[in-house]
Amino acid sequence: MLIERTYRQQRLIPAFMEPRSVVVDPTGEQYTMWSATQIPHILRLMVALTTGTPEHKVRVIAPDVGGGFGGKLQVTPEEVVCLLLAKRLGKPVKWTETRSESLLSAHHGRDQIQKLTLSAKRDGTVTGLKVELLADMGAYLRLVTPGVPILGAFMFNAIYKFPAYHFACTNVFTNKTPTDAYRGAGRPEATYAIERLMDELAVEVGMDPLAVRELNWIKHDEFPFTTVAGLEYDTGNYEAATEKAKQLFGYDELRREQAERRERGDVVQLGIGVSTFTEMCGLAPSRVLGALSYAAGGWEHASVRVLPSGKVEVVTGSSAHGQGHETAWSQIVADQLGVPFEDVEILHGDTQISPRGLDTYGSRSLTVGAIAVVKAAEKVVAKAKAIAAHLMECAEDDLDFEAGSFTVRGTDKSTAMGDIAFAVFSAHNLPDGMEPSLDAEATFDPDNFSFPHGTHLCAAEVDTETGAVKLRKYVCVDDVGAVVNPMIVEGQVHGGLAQGIAQALFEEAVHDESGTLTTGTFADYLLPSAADLPSFDVDRTETPSSTNPLGVKGVGEAGTIASTPAVVNAVVDAVRHFGVRDIAMPCTPMRVWTAIRTGRPDAGGPGGSEAGGGLGSLSGGAQ
Amino acid sequence: MIPAEFDYTAPSTVEEAVRALAAAGEDAKVIAGGQSLLPVLRMRLAAPTTLIDLGRVAELHGIREDGDHIAIGAMTTHYEVQRDPLVETHLHLLKLATDTVADPQVRHRGTLGGALAHADPAGDLSAPCLAMGAELVLCGPDGRRTVPAADFFVDYFTTALRADEIVVEVRLPKHTGWQAHYEKFNRVAQAWSIVGVAACLRVDGGAIAEARVALTNMAAVPVRATAVEAALVGGPATAEAIRAAAAHAAEGTSPTADGNADREYREHLARVLTGRALATAAGV
Repeated sequence: MLIERTYRQQRLIPAFMEPRSVVVDPTGEQYTMWSATQIPHILRLMVALTTGTPEHKVRVIAPDVGGGFGGKLQVTPEEVVCLLLAKRLGKPVKWTETRSESLLSAHHGRDQIQKLTLSAKRDGTVTGLKVELLADMGAYLRLVTPGVPILGAFMFNAIYKFPAYHFACTNVFTNKTPTDAYRGAGRPEATYAIERLMDELAVEVGMDPLAVRELNWIKHDEFPFTTVAGLEYDTGNYEAATEKAKQLFGYDELRREQAERRERGDVVQLGIGVSTFTEMCGLAPSRVLGALSYAAGGWEHASVRVLPSGKVEVVTGSSAHGQGHETAWSQIVADQLGVPFEDVEILHGDTQISPRGLDTYGSRSLTVGAIAVVKAAEKVVAKAKAIAAHLMECAEDDLDFEAGSFTVRGTDKSTAMGDIAFAVFSAHNLPDGMEPSLDAEATFDPDNFSFPHGTHLCAAEVDTETGAVKLRKYVCVDDVGAVVNPMIVEGQVHGGLAQGIAQALFEEAVHDESGTLTTGTFADYLLPSAADLPSFDVDRTETPSSTNPLGVKGVGEAGTIASTPAVVNAVVDAVRHFGVRDIAMPCTPMRVWTAIRTGRPDAGGPGGSEAGGGLGSLSGGAQ
Repeated sequence: MIPAEFDYTAPSTVEEAVRALAAAGEDAKVIAGGQSLLPVLRMRLAAPTTLIDLGRVAELHGIREDGDHIAIGAMTTHYEVQRDPLVETHLHLLKLATDTVADPQVRHRGTLGGALAHADPAGDLSAPCLAMGAELVLCGPDGRRTVPAADFFVDYFTTALRADEIVVEVRLPKHTGWQAHYEKFNRVAQAWSIVGVAACLRVDGGAIAEARVALTNMAAVPVRATAVEAALVGGPATAEAIRAAAAHAAEGTSPTADGNADREYREHLARVLTGRALATAAGV
């Protein structure tokens, strides 16, 4: 059997908390650029190349940056113009955008039309998948504009064992704001399409949506598994995450309630949405990026310096903008070197302090950046061990390293990292020929991606009289491998869920017939707040990744990628008995109501703006 | 963005305010809580030459009992209205509607007089004031006059307020013992109403003795659902009677279309939400 569906990924606006801002000071030895950016290192290289300024004369500082979500994974015209103006004037130049300017001109995300054809046997086994994408680039190509849909090419087959796969993408220019990376970048689009389609398959073959997924997914004992798209998934356990999610959700009970409500014809119907997702994180093996015609590689750099007093400075090229790298990296280094957490300082976000790096995006920081930190710390420990052996006059093999001290096995003789640090500083008694330093650098280029996965279950109540959707319960069990800091992981999942749910229900960049953005303020571009979201039930399974020594996988995008299809699947499931098989995103009350009445997915789209409400309306006068 | 330059004056009496308004000429603007005006200024959708701030006019603040009316000073904030015992007892519908306005920050700054004078068709306070037969006391160079809410709202963002007048007070007849509900429909918590329904009922011995229903955002101005009221009065306060009456809710309305709702959907929402508002008010 063949199932053909076309889905619309509406255009979204990243809407980071802090609008973009740039200051360029040309008055010192270098041009110093402060920018609210995710990518100080890439920015430095790009402005040097594009303006002909020698790279060593440009210093870029990304101070505490107020969020990015991919929206600040960009080299912007504004940054370049500020540099050129400062050069010409010989004076500092500052540019800060307003929220409305930001909504209009900072790059947008998504905006694809996805045509999918799935072939399957009558028993629900999938036999092939064909994907034809039409992707809106906007008016210009920015940093990775055409790369976003291509990244999705690897993910449409998702966790399923498709024997055949065809992917074709047509990228088109329009006269709109350029699109580029937005949290997930290519993977949410792919995951949405395949997870919506698996629900359609379940309906066509009369199976439970979880059962049809299980029939087709890679079993935990089949890893490592080379997918039809050419990736090697190293580890995973979809059964475990799904089982845990079902228990937390009360899946069978909610299905019963759904049946009862349908039976009674309740005004408020219940729908259950499933999303069993995976993603490719840890961007990226440099060779793979080369094969995909990306200009840059995917390595990351770190250095670890043990100071004379035993305190530690860590330099990371992974530039944080709210993700808590300072905390997590300190934990990792404290564990590696056996020093107190408080004794570790994390330095980042300034090309003068941190000269090498490829910055933060694509859930790469922990899986690439922190691995560079681990490798540098390992070098420090190895050198410290040689010094400890020298100081205690024993063989290195006789030493145990634990809790920051080297102990001669079978004795109580030991030397602490702090003592070694001071011995290195004084350099009075080091092994012959050893340099008096206890620093190390490492650059890590991953061999493979990491593949977080998880099962998300959403119960949505749909008011069939008004079309209003209310999320009643949201359970997610993510497997992001080993976890360094559970609170940070949970925070990432919560924020990711909010953004993914926002695509499903609230957010859409709307243009009128003349191409003017009509959702140019937060009165019209609807971001949900805590008041609009349920309390999330967040849990984890832990299947370590085998592609890095920490067993970590990355968590920055998981919630966004998984939640959008879970929510829309739930909404459609709630009203499927009215003949509805799709509702265009965002599933606004009017669209849901119209779909219930007509079975049409995209009726009730955005129109003019004549009624009251919305800031556009305020021009009429105000007291 | 930063507003265009303007002169600023903060009078301390109503008479001073009116004089300042007259003196400043046509391009002056009165600022109350500023929750609608400030965004307009910052986006430079308006650039008045003078702002007359009513925040220091003591007479405009506060809520008092005046015979069979409650008088609310124009500069009384939504937060104060929400927590006032006189409003709670005698104007429960207004309290419930005020509870739904925007978010706590806005409710601490925004004022009843400012909201009514702004006359956004999607604003939540015009309909309850219309339903309960409010009167607005206005003051201009020639003194004060009183305008019923039914005559006050003229068009989109347009009221009977003359360019040289300010709103002094909102007077509402007591609706003591009436059962009320404000049903607001919007997409996210802080958003404007797509449609809102203000309903209050006086039930006597199981029958509906009096009914007042008004709709938010179903026309350029708030609209009394008179056909619904007529269908209710004298009938029983039952779910069936309410459902039948609510079917008339869209009569006499002229909603417009926007991204959230087309005309047909708004009319449908008016009927559904009117039924729900009445049912909740009646407790059935």
